[in-house]
Amino acid sequence: MRTIGARAGAMLLTLWLAGLAGALLVRLGPGFGIDEQELDPRLSPQSRAALRAAHQNERHIARFYVHSVARTLRGDLGVSQSLGRPVAELLRERFPVTLRTVALGLAVGWAAGLLLAVADHGARSAAIDLAAAALSGGLLCLPASLLALLFVFLGAPAALGIAALIAPRVFRYAHDLFLSAAASPHVLTAWARGLSAFPILVWHILPCVRAPLLALAGVSLNTAFTAAIPIEALCDSPGIGQLAWQAALARDLPLLVNLTLLVTAVTVVGNAVCGWKPAGSEAV
Amino acid sequence: MKRLLPLLVACALSLAGGEIPNGRELRACLRSQPKTFDPALVADDASETIRYLTGGVLIRVNRVTQALEPELAVSWKVSGGGRTIRFRLREGVAFSDGSPFTATDVAFTFQRLMSPEIHSPTADSFRSAPGAVRSAVENDHQVALTFPAPIAGLERLFDQVAIVRSGSNAVLGPFQVAENKPGAYIRLARNPHYWKKDAQGRRLPYVDSIRLDIQQNRQLELLKLERHQLDLVSALDPEQFQELSTALPGWARDAGPALEPEVLWFNQVARAPIAEYRKAWFRSANFRRAISEAIHRDDLCRLVFHGHARPAVGPVSPANRFWCNARLKPHPYDPVSAAHRLAQDGFHKDGESLRDRDGRVVEFSLITNSGNRARERMAALIQSDLRAIGIRLNVVTLDFPSLIERITRSFDYEASLLGMINTDLDPNSQMNVWLSSADQHQWNPNQKTPATPWEAEIDRLMRLQASTLENEKRRTYFDRVQEIAREQEPFIYLIYKDTLVAVSPALRNVQPSVLRPELLWNAEWLWLAQ
Amino acid sequence: MIRVRLARCVLALIFMAALAADVLAPRPYDAQFRDSPDARPSRQFLLGTDELGRDRFSRLLYGTRLSLLLAPAAAALATSLSALVGLAAAASGRWGERGVLAITDLVLSLPWLFLLLAVRALLPLNLAPLVSVVITFALLGLLGWAPAARVLHAGIRALRQSDFVLHARASGCRSSRLMAVHILPNLVPLLRAQFWILVPAFLLTEANLGLLGLGVSEPLPSWGNLLRELENVSAVPSRPWLLVPVVLLIVVVGCLHLAFPGEERAA
Repeated sequence: MRTIGARAGAMLLTLWLAGLAGALLVRLGPGFGIDEQELDPRLSPQSRAALRAAHQNERHIARFYVHSVARTLRGDLGVSQSLGRPVAELLRERFPVTLRTVALGLAVGWAAGLLLAVADHGARSAAIDLAAAALSGGLLCLPASLLALLFVFLGAPAALGIAALIAPRVFRYAHDLFLSAAASPHVLTAWARGLSAFPILVWHILPCVRAPLLALAGVSLNTAFTAAIPIEALCDSPGIGQLAWQAALARDLPLLVNLTLLVTAVTVVGNAVCGWKPAGSEAV
Repeated sequence: MKRLLPLLVACALSLAGGEIPNGRELRACLRSQPKTFDPALVADDASETIRYLTGGVLIRVNRVTQALEPELAVSWKVSGGGRTIRFRLREGVAFSDGSPFTATDVAFTFQRLMSPEIHSPTADSFRSAPGAVRSAVENDHQVALTFPAPIAGLERLFDQVAIVRSGSNAVLGPFQVAENKPGAYIRLARNPHYWKKDAQGRRLPYVDSIRLDIQQNRQLELLKLERHQLDLVSALDPEQFQELSTALPGWARDAGPALEPEVLWFNQVARAPIAEYRKAWFRSANFRRAISEAIHRDDLCRLVFHGHARPAVGPVSPANRFWCNARLKPHPYDPVSAAHRLAQDGFHKDGESLRDRDGRVVEFSLITNSGNRARERMAALIQSDLRAIGIRLNVVTLDFPSLIERITRSFDYEASLLGMINTDLDPNSQMNVWLSSADQHQWNPNQKTPATPWEAEIDRLMRLQASTLENEKRRTYFDRVQEIAREQEPFIYLIYKDTLVAVSPALRNVQPSVLRPELLWNAEWLWLAQ
Repeated sequence: MIRVRLARCVLALIFMAALAADVLAPRPYDAQFRDSPDARPSRQFLLGTDELGRDRFSRLLYGTRLSLLLAPAAAALATSLSALVGLAAAASGRWGERGVLAITDLVLSLPWLFLLLAVRALLPLNLAPLVSVVITFALLGLLGWAPAARVLHAGIRALRQSDFVLHARASGCRSSRLMAVHILPNLVPLLRAQFWILVPAFLLTEANLGLLGLGVSEPLPSWGNLLRELENVSAVPSRPWLLVPVVLLIVVVGCLHLAFPGEERAA
């Protein structure tokens, strides 16, 4: 119980720090408080001053953040300046779209990456190894957003762009981990005893590489969410990725802080789940 | 009537061919989600399109003839030295909810628009001086508006004011917002009480609805068009135009030069945090003229815009028929003359580099917004042109907010390449650019007194044209402003790009315009053949 | 072994060609042949010209030089930092480990784009394009360690329970020696995988950063800005030579993978 409490406390602290750091980065970055409308020559000096004053509350970042946190605890996530709508409403509308995209991308990416690594390992063929390396290398070398656009052109879901980003990473790590584990004494013994490739993989190799693969799963969640930003922006998918891109261009502080918190929450929870070990499982 | 004639003839011809307007849905795209549906607060392109399609206005600027046309007002009279405008309103007009349109609605609209808390380009266009706007409702169909000071080109401004009713979202335009899925699409349905009818007595609009997909990606927009999922695209880039001309001949159309020029200007702000010797270069008219003459505008048009652009000479493009000073010609490409002008200011060549009279290498940076491929290419061409006369140009692309911050707040830049915002035909809308005391006087804003005699002269001329009601006289003043701008080159006008559009052959009565909304300006008359 | 030698030869060839760009390039990378814009490949222009009439082959050679030196350097920096952080987390006590992992999660989640924008804003406008791109890649290297640090840390935790590590501890091996001599060499497969992933990732990031003004500025070519030509997806089928930078990138990344196999693959 104490451990769970401590971990929850650590997560909340991380979230709080992420929101503050994110707000600081946006506030101190160039272009903060700037509205494109300022360039419209029809606007009067008073209107321009009013546009600038709209960002006045955010200039003092500590005060802004304290008010933001207090509001969040009451369930009010603030109002997006660039879109003029409550942030909570925007996230409610768009998060399911991104969740579907990311879930599909991760599922297909992991399945493809692992299958490729297993097939490459099991076949023990130089030709297949080369082909797998070429395929994964090729996917790594193509921009995910461009691949997503290509998929959309072909009538396939843009989520396959995320899959194309995740699969080669999973393959690369899994492939090298399998190879490294295959050189372990207990695996060599299993080979010597005449076990076939599949049982060796399942019973002797996978347990050794489970921990780093799980850690990779946690990290790939963050990678997928981050990749969703350019993919949704380019493919005009109305998810939080597109929202994040628009918010970044408009320096929309309330929206950006909340999106940072969302991504941090997903990252922290994902990594915590993937890195969790039962109590007493570590001898040292 | 004369102005409507071409449209009616086109309409009649298509109907004579046996085609009958028969409802259906028109499909197009918006480049971004509209920020507001409140017509008084409109400041972005997407919101303006919605306002145009749903709002009823008193006077409309015909986007093709550029002439004023009666809409909800059948007639009007300007008096009181340009301070008062009296409207006689069309009778028998109703809002989309069936409630009658009266003069009270006009009065309410303006009282709201002119209230101090409304800050928008529409509202500010009417704010010629401090003070309240008085509205006098004479009867249900006559209303007079009196402004605190005369407003030049007053009637045109009413094209932007959608009349609303107090406490209601009902509209007077041909369409009303039926469905809004943020980030995905907006559907506009026909207004069942729209007042306009065709010659056969059929109530307009012809189409049942317009679906506007939110599509920022131009490639996806073009793909949708090629798959016949869209009926029109309002702004193609030159590569897309070429591609479409091959893939779907007859769909792509060049509507001619747009209103907005692409310009380059130098930072002449006294307190700018840039080297003093560079400020001295930029303040020299000879230097600016030399740069202008060293730039190959024809190559910009040919290589960047594939011929769909023309060299620019001033702030007003030939598309603006009344206000363009047609006597002025663009500076020819003449690097020899450019070198001669520079020599007059003490610049000299030292090997491949140009040096000023103190021996410093002539090098400066040019900022422009990233992600705009045309501007990045223009910058690369200009860089090459200036290298030919020994000038080293560093091209720096910045994201838009960072760029705006530099040119409007910190003034930490040397030269900038951007497009001018020019949505209105009347030069009065550019007062904040030309007045030396204004904050949009990009090269040196907010001057307490004009820094140069020519800026003082421009101030005088702009104030004269703003206080004169006769357009011919105003044009004389503004012609002279354009001449001074051409001589002094505070803005180096580069090109006017063409308005490139795509239209399905099934769409009838479409007449592309360079004024926004380019293809939907007569949306009530558009219809799709089978 | 033939594969390894072939991969190393190909890499060496590409590196040497890139380094000798000044000699091999038929014309300067910024020379504009304005009468031949967007030309098809020919004897005069081996890979055609771009929209401003610049020789694509010359730009590819010079771009390869820039990208092939900077992207692996940035990847090496990020990989080294991720190893350091992973080892530091493992070598600290429980709270130290949690602290380091929390910082890693923070780094993964923050919008670093604004830091990059801030750095660009601080740099002088008249900075040489080469200096600007070196700074960009350095920042990518300094920020790109977080994903691998988590994976490495998990690998270290698994290794800590291995028999040989237990034996080393039992025989009095200090923590630092344990990490350096026993654990680090066993992380090489993970480190290699990470490096191999980061090289193309940083090149593509440089291309994406160009959309925000943080990439390589004109007229300097790089793989990033050459890859940006592919944004017009529909134009590629009629201009397949636009894919040459992608093919070259795939060849380089593939050769990197093959040229430095682990002992287990080499055996």
